[in-house]
Amino acid sequence: MVDSRMVITGQTLAYTFYCIVIILLIVWFSIKVTGKGKGLSVKPAIFYTFVGFLTVLGVSLHLITYNTIPWAEMDLNRSDYNPDKTFVIKVKDHQFIMPSDKLVINVNDKVLFDVQSEDLTYGFGLFRNDNSMMFQMQVVPGHRNDLLWQFDREGVYTIRSTEYSGPKGVFMILKDVVQVIPAKATN
Amino acid sequence: MSFIKTLINGEQELFKSESLTPMQKLTLRFVVVGLIYFGFVVIEGMLMRLYEYKPLPFITEPQFFAILTAHPLVGIFGSTYLIVFGAFLFLVPFLMKKPLWSIKLGNWTFILITVGTFTFWFAGFVSHYAPLYTLYWPLPADFTQFSVWGGTFFITGIALVMIGSAFFVINIFKTIVYTPEGWDKQPSKALLASALGITGFRNLFTKNKKEHLVPLPVAAVARGSVDVALNTAIILFTGVLILVYMVAAILGFDLKSTAIDALLYKNWFWWGLDLIADGLVLIFVAGTWYLLATMISGKPLFMQNIARAALLVELIVSWTVWSHHLLSDQAQPAILKVVSGEMVTAFELITQGLAFFITLATLWSARPLKMTNPLKFLLGGLLGFALAVPAGIMQADVGLNRILHNTQWVVGPHVHVAILIGLTMTLYSTIYILFPIITNGAKIYSQKLVNVHFWCHLTGGIGMGAFMGMAGLHGMLRRSLYLHGEFNIYMLFAAICGTLLLIGFLSFFFNIVMSVGIKGVIGIFTPAKIKTKDLVPSS
Repeated sequence: MVDSRMVITGQTLAYTFYCIVIILLIVWFSIKVTGKGKGLSVKPAIFYTFVGFLTVLGVSLHLITYNTIPWAEMDLNRSDYNPDKTFVIKVKDHQFIMPSDKLVINVNDKVLFDVQSEDLTYGFGLFRNDNSMMFQMQVVPGHRNDLLWQFDREGVYTIRSTEYSGPKGVFMILKDVVQVIPAKATN
Repeated sequence: MSFIKTLINGEQELFKSESLTPMQKLTLRFVVVGLIYFGFVVIEGMLMRLYEYKPLPFITEPQFFAILTAHPLVGIFGSTYLIVFGAFLFLVPFLMKKPLWSIKLGNWTFILITVGTFTFWFAGFVSHYAPLYTLYWPLPADFTQFSVWGGTFFITGIALVMIGSAFFVINIFKTIVYTPEGWDKQPSKALLASALGITGFRNLFTKNKKEHLVPLPVAAVARGSVDVALNTAIILFTGVLILVYMVAAILGFDLKSTAIDALLYKNWFWWGLDLIADGLVLIFVAGTWYLLATMISGKPLFMQNIARAALLVELIVSWTVWSHHLLSDQAQPAILKVVSGEMVTAFELITQGLAFFITLATLWSARPLKMTNPLKFLLGGLLGFALAVPAGIMQADVGLNRILHNTQWVVGPHVHVAILIGLTMTLYSTIYILFPIITNGAKIYSQKLVNVHFWCHLTGGIGMGAFMGMAGLHGMLRRSLYLHGEFNIYMLFAAICGTLLLIGFLSFFFNIVMSVGIKGVIGIFTPAKIKTKDLVPSS
């Protein structure tokens, strides 16, 4: 599965390009609307074309991401998959209670993180060493909070709560507790 | 004229508070207090920005989170609600060409929102009450970290704001439908149907098309007010629910584990809260853009009927998009995530895009225009939403939300750019266009300061959003602290942009005070000498 960093890079490029275009458009409009020229009404055809463009854009964005972001389909249909490993993690009193000191995962394994809160609403996220986010989900008490993920490369990851649960929540960090190792190592 | 004399009496002594009607005074009170609260928000934002860079010695950690909790609420209710409500209580009667239904009720709206905002802000300041994020009271309630008494006062403050909001809604609808004394009987039902879009909807299916009795901007205010009413009911109910938890805690009972399902509650709350962000804000803003575009250009609105229909679509969309806040909640049904969270939310791109296009097309029809203050701030407002709405649509995607939810991306390029650039610059445009009308011809003290305000606000707001966004894309969470300087480079640049915002605001505030003078500012808060229901003096 493609690393989420790749998706972020794509998004950054797309949004930056869009921002530059829209800022230039407003600058151009500001110059033109106050410059020399005669006021003309815009043709309805241009308006309807614009409406059509927005409609296609709005719908296609989600279709494109569904078909290109690898975890999107797997996430929505996760009950159809058989995970290679399942980790049940409990959360209580602003503490993650882990099944073992380290969660060891093989590259390309599909791993299910089943996180259960026994008191408040928390978050559960995996972060790389440079603090960038791999993924996250909400952890709501009384409900199943499960996330299926396939790791495509080796690495060491930190668990951190991604939802505000009062000042104590800031310190819900377990450094380097998830280890992704080569597939061969445990085969 | 000397500086001191201008400071006391205003620019060229043109502003005379004793010449103001009760309606003008009411509107100015809303705006002045709204701007003071905006000052609170800017200063709080700067403090938090600096704290994110390096913890400040005079702010404790609980205090930081208390500021974090109060900051958006003061911004939404204390600043935006006050300025928007004040402007609409003036504009609706102005456009309907009849007096406001009740100036007294208008004054109560002002008092309740002003006092309510101060109450919750002060409760947070004293007790460091901080369990909220944005406006969300998570259940089950956690009283181990927070003062129950602080929370009780905090929620009482919110309740006062909500009652004030309810009074605003009543006043708006009554003003649209009532018959002023001495007038011929007004067609109340037809007026209401026109305001809510029922007439326009019927016209789609009949040959005998009825004319629109209510001007388009009033229709926008009415439809946005429907969302204000629904939101008020939800927040009030939720406030009462939390108070039940708090009173129980005061009496020694722990309701930590109750029958209230955390996810169901979360759906309920976000449904109500989203009526602000994805409902009334977008509808009010579109209506204001249309009004400003027609006032600035002096031309009829481009594609008026489509614009009217889009406002109705926006209202319905606002009732069905809440699930985009729950895309990271794995127990949320997938159908809700896809239909409500993704697809219906994408409609906002269309409705807001239409409003953007219609406004630009209306301005275009009147070229060449002079780059006046209302026009430049309006263009800034349009740019703000053009940047922020697509950012929101991106995060309202099942795939992207997995790596964007609760990061600084959400609050930077989406929330702050939408509010600071999109909404606030639209409000500034309205303030500049209404200023001569509600002050009986007072003059702005310095055009240079207006320009400083414009550029500092625009570049500061976009820049701050951009650097927060970059931090978010690199994994920085919102409502969190990084004590080892992990994201300091982004926070430093965001703080510099925040400083620009502060400079812009101070320039604006100083300019307004110099325009009306300190005497004038005080005069706004004294009882009106002219006894009339008219909006402006008759002579």
